Amino acid sequence: MKRTPSIPTRLFENLPGARRLFYVAVGVGFVSGALFALQAVLLSFAVDGVFLQSRTLSETLPLLGVMVALLMVRTAAIWAGDILAQRSAGRVKTSLRQQLLSQLVILGPARMSADSERSGELVSTVAQGVEVLDDYIALFLPARYLAALVPTFVFLLVLILDPLTTLVLLFAGPMLLMMLAYIGGRARAITDRRFLELSWMSAFFLDVLQGIATLKMFGRSREQAANIEDISQHYGKTTMEVLATAFQTSLVMEWAATAATALVALEVSYRLMAGLLPFSQALAVLLLTPEFFLPLRQMALRYHAGTAGKAAAERIFTILDSNVSQATDQSRSEPATHVAAAPIPLPAGFDIRFDRVSYTYPSSEGEERRPALRDFSLTIGAGQTIALVGPSGAGKTTISSLLLRFIELQSGAITVGGVPLGDIDAAAWRRQVAWVPQMPHLFYGSVLENIRMARPDASMEEVNAAARAAHAHEFISALPQGYDTPLGERGARLSGGQAQRVAIARAFLKDAPVLLLDEATAHLDARSEALVQESLTSLMSGRTVLIIAHRLKLATTVDQIVVMHEGRAVEQGDHETLLRRNGLYGQLVASYQG
Amino acid sequence: MSPTRRLLSLIRPFIWWIVAGVFLGFATIGSSVGLMAVSAYLISKAAIATDVSQLSMAIAGVRLFALSRAGFRYGERYVTHLATFRILTRLRVWFYRAIEPLAPARLQTVRSGDLLARIGADIETLENFYIRVIVPPLVAVLVTGLACAILGYFDVILAVALLVFLLLTGVALPLVSRWLSQQPASEAILARAELNATLVDQIQGMADMLAYGQETMFHERTMRLNDQLNQLQERLAVIRGMGNGLAALFTSLAALTVLALAIPLITGGQIDGVYLALLPLTAIASFEAVQPLSQAFQMLESSQAAARRLFELIDAPPAVVDPPQPAARPASFGLVVKDLHFRYSADAVAALDGVSFEVPPGRRLGIVGSSGAGKSTLANLLLRYWDYDAGSIQVGGVEIRDLAADEARELVGVVAQHTHLFNTSVRDNLFLANPEASEEEMIVASQQAQLHDFVLSLPEGYETMVGENGLKLSGGERQRLAIARTILKGAPVLILDEATTHLDSLTEAKVWEGLAEFMAGRTVLVISHQQAGMAYVDEVIWLEEGKIVDTSVPAELP
Repeated sequence: MKRTPSIPTRLFENLPGARRLFYVAVGVGFVSGALFALQAVLLSFAVDGVFLQSRTLSETLPLLGVMVALLMVRTAAIWAGDILAQRSAGRVKTSLRQQLLSQLVILGPARMSADSERSGELVSTVAQGVEVLDDYIALFLPARYLAALVPTFVFLLVLILDPLTTLVLLFAGPMLLMMLAYIGGRARAITDRRFLELSWMSAFFLDVLQGIATLKMFGRSREQAANIEDISQHYGKTTMEVLATAFQTSLVMEWAATAATALVALEVSYRLMAGLLPFSQALAVLLLTPEFFLPLRQMALRYHAGTAGKAAAERIFTILDSNVSQATDQSRSEPATHVAAAPIPLPAGFDIRFDRVSYTYPSSEGEERRPALRDFSLTIGAGQTIALVGPSGAGKTTISSLLLRFIELQSGAITVGGVPLGDIDAAAWRRQVAWVPQMPHLFYGSVLENIRMARPDASMEEVNAAARAAHAHEFISALPQGYDTPLGERGARLSGGQAQRVAIARAFLKDAPVLLLDEATAHLDARSEALVQESLTSLMSGRTVLIIAHRLKLATTVDQIVVMHEGRAVEQGDHETLLRRNGLYGQLVASYQG
Repeated sequence: MSPTRRLLSLIRPFIWWIVAGVFLGFATIGSSVGLMAVSAYLISKAAIATDVSQLSMAIAGVRLFALSRAGFRYGERYVTHLATFRILTRLRVWFYRAIEPLAPARLQTVRSGDLLARIGADIETLENFYIRVIVPPLVAVLVTGLACAILGYFDVILAVALLVFLLLTGVALPLVSRWLSQQPASEAILARAELNATLVDQIQGMADMLAYGQETMFHERTMRLNDQLNQLQERLAVIRGMGNGLAALFTSLAALTVLALAIPLITGGQIDGVYLALLPLTAIASFEAVQPLSQAFQMLESSQAAARRLFELIDAPPAVVDPPQPAARPASFGLVVKDLHFRYSADAVAALDGVSFEVPPGRRLGIVGSSGAGKSTLANLLLRYWDYDAGSIQVGGVEIRDLAADEARELVGVVAQHTHLFNTSVRDNLFLANPEASEEEMIVASQQAQLHDFVLSLPEGYETMVGENGLKLSGGERQRLAIARTILKGAPVLILDEATTHLDSLTEAKVWEGLAEFMAGRTVLVISHQQAGMAYVDEVIWLEEGKIVDTSVPAELP
C-alpha cells in the first residue's frame, strides 16, 4: 500500500530548487540559534573574568570583539533565512498555481457554475488558499524544524559544560512535550472551536446587515441590536469557558521554562557553594536553560499559521487529486482540452448527430442521481435550426454541455459529419461553435477585450459591426469610456440584458458554422428581446443552430422543435404540428401565455 | 474629532480592563526580568558566599518570580480575551445602532457584498486596536522604566545605554521598516487583488473561456501576476529579515554595551563585582516588552483606516426622517402617485422623472420596463427607504411622507427580486414577517405561494435550515418563500417586483393562481421587465428612463 506523503513532502515534490532553498533557510536558522547559545557561553566567561579574576576592560576587549563578530554573523544569518524561506515559498506557490490552473481546466465548467457554493469554495481555495501557504512555508515549517534542532544543540552544549544540569533539561524537556501533547490535542480542538464560534458570530452579524432592508420592511430591524448583543455575549461567555483550558497550554509552557530556569539557578548555586562547579560554567548553563525552551515557544507562536496552512494545503491537494473522469469509461478520462494524437479534420458542411445518449451527473455523497439524459437521439442537419424546449430539469443544458465537451460522453454516440466528437481535438471543435449562454460571464477587462475574446485579431471595425448587429453598440457607446469601459467584478455593472447582448456580439464576431443559443434571451426585456431576436435571426441564417429555450418565443420560428421531459425527447415537429397534437408543448405554450 | 480620538472615546467603559491588561502584561515581563536578575545575582553570590543563609533572600526571589511569571501570563491572557469579547460586542451593537436608521440607503449605494464583508472585517480589526495597539506601548513604557531604574540604581550611564537600544528596537526600527515597506506592501496588495480577480474570472467564467479558446491567454496572465507578486513579497522579506536581524543585533549589543560600560565601574570599585552578571541579563530580559511594538505600529495604521471607513458610513444624514407629528394611519388604501421625481444622488440621472398614476383599492397595476427604467425605485420609495425629491405619493389620501416611516412600511408588502433569507429555518424566515401569526396562517400562506408541498418534502419540513442567504434552496424556492412571507405579513398594498423570474412557466402559472385569492381587495403593483404576469392585472404602464412612455390594457399587449 502506498503511504500518503506528508504535507511538506508533497509541497516540495518535484521542486528540488525550492526544497534546497528551504533546507538552506533552516540551516541558516540553526546557525543563528547556535550562535545565540555560544554567545551566552562567551558572556559567562567575560563576566567570570571580570568578577572573579579581576580582569580589566582592555583585557576583556578581545572576548567582546569575538562576540560582536559572532553577532554580526548571526544578524546576517537571520536576515538571509527570512529571504531564503520566502523565495522557497514563492517557488512552491508558483508551482501550485500552475497545477491548479491546469486541473481546473481538466475538471471543466460543469463543476463550477456561477452561483453554486462549490464555485465559491474553489475560488477561495485557489485564490486565498495558495497565499495562506506563504506563512506556512516561510514561517511555520522552519520554526518546526528549528524547534527540534536548536534545543538538541543547546542540550549538547550543556552536556559539555555541566553534565549534571542536563538532568534538569532531560526531566523538564520531555515532561513539557508530554504535557503539551496531552493538552495539545485538547487545545487544538478548542482552538478550532473558538475559531468556529468567532466565525459563527461574525456570520450572524453579516447576515443581519445583509438583510437589513428586509428587516426594515417587516418592521423588525430595531430589535436586532439587542439580538446582536445577546448572541455576542452568549458566545463570548461559552467561548471564555473553553478558552480557560486553552490558556493552560501557555501556562504549562511558561511554567516549564521558568521552573527549569529557577531549578537550575538553585541547583548550580548549591554546587557552586560546595565548590563542585566553576562560576563561568554555572552562569553559562543558567543562560542556556531558557534558550532550550525558546524555539518551542516560537513554534507555538506560529501555531495558527501552521493549522491554517495545513488546512489550505489539504484543500488544494483535494482539488488536485479529485477524479478527472466523470465518465464511467476510464479511456475517456482525458482532459477537456486534450489534443488527440492525430486530430481528424472536420468535413465541410457537417451534420451533428446524437445517438442514444444517456448521461448521469456524478453524485458527491453516494446519493442516487436521476439520469439527466436517457437514450436521447437527435440529428441536426447542416444549416438546420432546431429548438429544444421543455420544463427546467428536462436535460436541455446537459445537451449543450456535451456538445461543447464540458462533460464527457458516458454512453451512446455523438458524431459530427460522421466523425465521433471524442476524436476531434476539443479546442479545434470549439472553434467551430459560437455559444451564447444564459448567464454570459464578463471578464475583468474592457468591453472591447470582452468582445474580442471571440477573435483576438479582429479589427475595431469588425468589433463595431458585431456590436451593432447585436444591438449592443448603442449602450456601449453611452458607457462612460465607451468600448474601453472596464467590466467584470471591479468594473461597470451591466444589466443581464446588456451582458447578453455583449455575448451575442461575441458570437457575431466569431462567425462560426455552429451556433448554440442557450436561453440566450432569458434576461431581456420585451423591447430588447424583439430587437435582439431580429439580429439573431440574421445571425442564424446559413448556420447550423441549436436553440435551448424555456421561454418559447424564439422557438416558434425554427425548422424543428424537440420537446424534452425528464431526459427524453418526448415530442418533435414544427410549431403548428405540435400545437395541434396538444401534448406537453401545448401545455407549455398555454402556461406561457397565461 | 480624529478617528483615533473617537475610537478612544468608544473604549472609555473599558478603561479598567485596559488598566488590568497593562498591569498584568507588565507584571509578566517584569517577573522574567526579576527572575533573570535575581538568578544571576544568586549564582554570583553563591560563588563567593560562605554560608547558605546569605543566599536565602535571593533563593526566595527566584522561587517567587518563577511562579509569578506563569500566573501573571495566565491572568493577562484571560483578561485581554474577556475584554476583547466585550469590546467586540460593544462595537457591533454600537455600529448596528448607528447604521440602522441610515439603512438600507446608506448600504446600497456601494456594491453591497464587498461593503458588508468589509464592515465585518473592519470591526474585527478595531477589536485589535485595544489589545494590540493600546496595551503593548504602555507595557513597554513600564518595563523600560523598570529595567532602566534597576540599571540606573548602579549607574545612570548604564540606564541611558539601555534606553537608547530599547528606543532603537522599539521605535526607530518599526518606523524605518514601515517607511521602507510602504510602497512594496501597497503594490503587493494591488497585485494580489489583481491575481484574485483573474482567478475568480477563470473559475466563474470557465465555460465562456473554454468555449472561446482563451485558456492559454488567461494562464499566461495569471502566471505573470504570480511572478510579480512573488517579486514584491521577496522585497518585503528583505525588509522583514532586516528588521528581525537588527532587532536581534540591538538586543545583544545592548547587553554587551552594558557589560563593557560596567567593567570599568567594577574595576574602579563603584559597583560590587557580584552585581556584574545581573546587569546584561536585566537588559536582555527587558527587550521582550518592545518586540510587539512593530506589530502595534502596523495595527495602529490599519485600525485608523478601518475606523475612518466606519465613521464615514455612519456620519451620513439619514435618507428618511420621521415627521415631528406623524399623521394617523389611513383608513383606505388606494394609491395615488403624482408627478414623482427622484434621483439616488445629486449627480445621478433621474430614476423617476415625473411619474403619475392611480391604483384604486382592489385594483392591480402592471409596470413594465427594461432594467434601470425606474420600476424598483417605486418600491423603494413606497417602503420609505429613500425620500422622493418632488411630487407626491398618497395612500388612502395620506401623503406617505407625513406618516412615521415604520407606519408607512406596515402598509406595504414587497416581494423583491432578491429578498434576503436569513440563515435560519424556513419557519423562522416566514414568521419574521409576522411574529404573531398562527401556525395555520403560516401554512395557508405557504400553500398560496406553492411552497407548502415542497417544504413537506424536505426531511425536516419547516425546521429545515435555508443556509447562508438561503443558498441551500434554489432560486425558485427562495422566491416562493419570499412570496409566502409577504402573504403572511398581509399588508394592504402589495408590490410584486420580478417576483417570479426564477420560476419555470408551469410553476409560475400556479403561483399566480394561488396569489389571486390573496390579491383580492388589495392594492397591487406588479413590476416586470417582461410581460409575465401582466395577464393578471387591470392596466399596464410602460416605464422607460423614469418616464411613463405608454399605457395599455393587457389585451393590447404584443
